[in-house]
Amino acid sequence: MSMLDQSRAPILEALEEMKRNRLVPFDVPGHKHGRGNPDLTRFLGEQCLAVDVNSMKMLDNLCHPVSVIKEAEEIAAEAFGAAHAYFMVGGTTSAVQSMVLSVCKRGEKIILPRNVHRSVIHIMILCGAVPVYVNPDMNHALGIALGMRLSEVERAITENPDAKAVLVNNPTYYGICSNLEGITRLAHAHGMKVLVDEAHGTQFYFDRDLPMTAMEAGADMAAVSMHKSGGSLTQSSLLLIGPDMSEGLVRQMINMTQTTSGSYLLLSSLDISRRNLALHGQEIFDKVKELVEYARREINQIGDYYAYSRELANGDSVYDFDITKLSVNTLSVGLAGIEVYDLLRDEYDIQTEFGDLGNILAYVSVGDRPRDIERLVSALAEIRRLYKRDRGSLMTAEYISPKVLYSPQDAFYSDKQSLPLSMCENMVCAEFVMCYPPGIPILAPGELITRDILEYVVYAKEKGCSLTGPEDMEIRRLNVMKGIRSAGNN
Amino acid sequence: MELWFTEKHTENVKFSIQVDRQLYASQSEFQRIDIFSSKEFGRFLTLDGYMMLTEKDEFIYHEMMVHVPMAVHPCVRKALVIGGGDGGTVRELARYKAVEEIDLVEIAEEVVAACRQYLPQTACGFDDGRVHVYYEDGLKFVRRFENAYDLILVDSTDPFGPGEGLFTKEFYGNCYKALRADGIMVNQHESPFYPNDAMAMQRAHKRIVESFPISRVYQAHIPTYPSGHWLFGFASKKYRPLEDQDVTRWKELGIRTKYYNEQLHKGAFALPNYVEELLEKVE
Repeated sequence: MSMLDQSRAPILEALEEMKRNRLVPFDVPGHKHGRGNPDLTRFLGEQCLAVDVNSMKMLDNLCHPVSVIKEAEEIAAEAFGAAHAYFMVGGTTSAVQSMVLSVCKRGEKIILPRNVHRSVIHIMILCGAVPVYVNPDMNHALGIALGMRLSEVERAITENPDAKAVLVNNPTYYGICSNLEGITRLAHAHGMKVLVDEAHGTQFYFDRDLPMTAMEAGADMAAVSMHKSGGSLTQSSLLLIGPDMSEGLVRQMINMTQTTSGSYLLLSSLDISRRNLALHGQEIFDKVKELVEYARREINQIGDYYAYSRELANGDSVYDFDITKLSVNTLSVGLAGIEVYDLLRDEYDIQTEFGDLGNILAYVSVGDRPRDIERLVSALAEIRRLYKRDRGSLMTAEYISPKVLYSPQDAFYSDKQSLPLSMCENMVCAEFVMCYPPGIPILAPGELITRDILEYVVYAKEKGCSLTGPEDMEIRRLNVMKGIRSAGNN
Repeated sequence: MELWFTEKHTENVKFSIQVDRQLYASQSEFQRIDIFSSKEFGRFLTLDGYMMLTEKDEFIYHEMMVHVPMAVHPCVRKALVIGGGDGGTVRELARYKAVEEIDLVEIAEEVVAACRQYLPQTACGFDDGRVHVYYEDGLKFVRRFENAYDLILVDSTDPFGPGEGLFTKEFYGNCYKALRADGIMVNQHESPFYPNDAMAMQRAHKRIVESFPISRVYQAHIPTYPSGHWLFGFASKKYRPLEDQDVTRWKELGIRTKYYNEQLHKGAFALPNYVEELLEKVE
């Protein structure tokens, strides 16, 4: 059915043509193909600096594509089964934010899981959208957040029929997929748009055995981190839209916050990676699946570790599982995930993607070799042999249901005062507090600060978690809305 | 006509041997394998262009790897060789009648096949009935054993390329686990001379020290290896290489050697000051 030639890479071809023409650059960037900055050229290479150029006629313009970028985006759209694809140079953060900007105005509601990426909370502060949170289901044995239950989404929709959109994380960092098709059908039936944070799901588009993609499910927009499993350069990303979105309107929204000097290093990396995936994706992800399945088998044979997979599926909050993800639960070894993460790096020179309270995630890609997998498995076996201890009082992850009293924007831009933690109970928070691990938002602007939340903050600090977001970097104080105190209902 | 094999010992130092002719060349999944014949050193094997052994000086390496631990451990029945696809190490081991089983794990089957065909001087070791060869990743193989071997000999390539995993803490830890309560591990320990080799040597030593209660280093003079000054690691759970050397027992075995002897055993553990300092820095 393919209409466009996926073996082409229009941005790459235009850059090569530009090099052949030997243009004399009297435009920015001032390093002039690297000649003006020899140290940088030595470090990054002449090839690289020679294509770090500005928009020009033959290279098109990311703010208003009419030629090679337009063509490259059309080919990408076809590869991903989207009505249109936008090349993004501000990371998936910018793609996620452009999605929210495209569907929500000031005061309008958006339904989303509590474990959204911080970029969503930030854009709500800027655009004035009002969150309706759905707590993700939890697997308490593993200590991870799952997807949203369909019934929970339905309840949120019934209670908030005026909401404009539903946002879904699919898959999660751990590989958990929601019932995307069901959620989409439900949202569309109520006239709501569906936005998918597909930051960890590029591979779904190129492997027939992996879970359903956002575009297949009929979602309206999806933010896809090509730089994660797709192989493009860090900070490059794709924004996909379905047929019911206005291409021009989304472009306007992207341009509000995206740079006017889009990097051709990033753009060409998207173009080349899309070509590679379209031509060889199945083969690439077959290899990744094989490596991960092997690692999972070996790790589960060590004992105590649990490298989980599709068996978690429950037909609802774990509708499907992304088997390219290698998530390993460490609790039965008596170690927190973050401890295993630190041991792997400090003692065994192995850097994994992250460790949370009960799990580590090893990111496996086509760049990995079987012998690297052997090292990971052997190191995990050694850590168990040398450090295994009784499952003591390991911390668990909890989502405390937020009480949203004001929109994030109203709260963030209100008259604020800074109070010590002990005096914050029943005040309304005016800033964002994130706890890592486990990587859950504790407070967003506009939410009531309850005793439970304050106790969790103190507990998390004692456990050595890193709390980020507030103006006071030590988190001894919080900014709260001035003069507003809730009656204190809990 | 002059045909020369050249290996860069550092960016600025080259080592060359005049080649009579090339006997074998192939590219396995893991590395390029070449065998040449030469006037000065006889036949020699290189992997990815790095010298592995020559017929003329291989006896030094193989004797020192095997006879030092065998003169210390009173009763090796089951031994494991990791790497060593040329067969030289198992050849030396097979000279001990009390050894009942010798397992050898080599990642590349092609290396063994090529050596069997072109380097019978070392590959004759494979002909002994007690030798079992497994073609697997060494790190993976050793992981599954606990309390199984009296002696593990790590006859690896360098700490880059396919041999990388055999210089890691997880590997040494797995070897510790695979050894019996009085087991010994001897490993090819790189050279202390050129800075890059010395760094690899220090890293390996640091990780072995972290994994074994007893960890000593000894040396030999190997003309075709970078700088000619080469080290071996002696790591052990119980026996000490000098205090527990059993000269009488070893002499009674009547094994004739070209390089190793009981005096040299002692002397090999006496290291130059600069080497002692490099080791102390990471202990």
